[in-house]
Amino acid sequence: MSYPVEQNEKFAAYAHPERLVSTDWLAAAIDAGALDGGKLVVVESDEDVLLYETGHIPGAVKIDWHTDLNDEVTRDYIDGEAFAALAAAKGISRDSTVVIYGDKSNWWAAYALWVFTLFGHEDVRLLDGGRDKWIAEGRALTTETTVPAPGTYPVVERNDAPIRAFKEDVLAHFGKPLIDVRSAEEYTGQRTHMPAYPEEGALRGGHIPTAASIPWARAAAEDGTYRDRSELEALYLGEAGLKEGDDVVAYCRIGERSSHTWFALKYLLGFDTVRNYDGSWTEWGNAVRVPIVKGAERGTVPAGR
Amino acid sequence: MRKLGVMNASALPAALAEIVDDFQALTEPERLQLLLEFSQGLPELPERLQDHPELLEQVVECQTPLFLTIETEPADGGAPERVRLYFKAPKEAPTTRGFAGVLHEGLDGLSAAEILAVPDDMPEQLGLTRAITPLRMRGMTAMLGRIKRKVAASGSQHAPAQS
Repeated sequence: MSYPVEQNEKFAAYAHPERLVSTDWLAAAIDAGALDGGKLVVVESDEDVLLYETGHIPGAVKIDWHTDLNDEVTRDYIDGEAFAALAAAKGISRDSTVVIYGDKSNWWAAYALWVFTLFGHEDVRLLDGGRDKWIAEGRALTTETTVPAPGTYPVVERNDAPIRAFKEDVLAHFGKPLIDVRSAEEYTGQRTHMPAYPEEGALRGGHIPTAASIPWARAAAEDGTYRDRSELEALYLGEAGLKEGDDVVAYCRIGERSSHTWFALKYLLGFDTVRNYDGSWTEWGNAVRVPIVKGAERGTVPAGR
Repeated sequence: MRKLGVMNASALPAALAEIVDDFQALTEPERLQLLLEFSQGLPELPERLQDHPELLEQVVECQTPLFLTIETEPADGGAPERVRLYFKAPKEAPTTRGFAGVLHEGLDGLSAAEILAVPDDMPEQLGLTRAITPLRMRGMTAMLGRIKRKVAASGSQHAPAQS
């Protein structure tokens, strides 16, 4: 870890407190000149591709989850070469401490952090509470686009296996816990259809058999920060029934909301093996002959698995 | 940057055609900047609608909350009937607001027939698909579709009963 880790009581209870920073900490670091020289790089990653332009944390660079991190042709993430070029252009070096923040309780920021982790970027953290908390606290914003000095970033091949699950992995995972982080309507398969609108994105509604329903936003407090450890334990160990040492797969529609949950399970509760199934419902709900459960019950492990 | 040379904007109402031309004359980053300006130019709701959210309809296909409604101003003397458009989208959703701004400037005050004649794929002509991704373009296409459906429905209500 190249930049000092924040010490506070809330973070200390988490398994990996070094993965979060508070708005106070970031404001002080920026004031202290941490952004000069690329030792600390602040990245904004939002759902809305233009939100950064309306005002952002001074010195922050923008990374768009879709246009920057997704491959333009194949449904996959960019490769090592493209990631190295992106990082360098944003002033990020391999040993930079990267703090990511964004809109909607860091939903997209967590997704960007997960992609950084596919490339094994060592020190990447989330700003607890994200963009909304920073703004609610009346902190500095600017519309001036940051033009960073280029970083130096090696070409690192993505290592998907530890934190990314593919459809085949999920089929082989039955019997171990799955967390569905979508809304209750999506989970049961009873999404409302507007007149004259076909359901876009998935041909079937429902959830992967045995998946527990814990909508992602339940891990976030009103101010967009992560709930404290005991609240997260009540949610995932209590309600979802996870046990220490479990091998867990989380999913949503395209893997963004589940990145937020992945972060909570991996870094805040300390599960070693947590994978995000980014194919998620847009793949599963369209795939031929995969088992699906409709309704509020989790369902059972499909026969023959 | 490439220009979209094959699209034909001539079938569009004049104001909308002008907006499409403006976008097409720009590079991709400049197009995003122009969309941001449209988001800033989207007018506030009139007071009578501000207090009545139930009069607005949500376009659920947009990733962020967008509400819209239409009103028809009756024909006045020689002037034909005009359709007025009203949008509401949060400041935190500049892309959605930008699309709404384009449709407002391009379509507000036109006749029902003119709005219904706008091709459904008109948003593609702005040349933003690559810069903001096809996923986000769906929201704009849905917005235009919703406007056209509301205009069509409102027209059929006014149509004389068939006997």
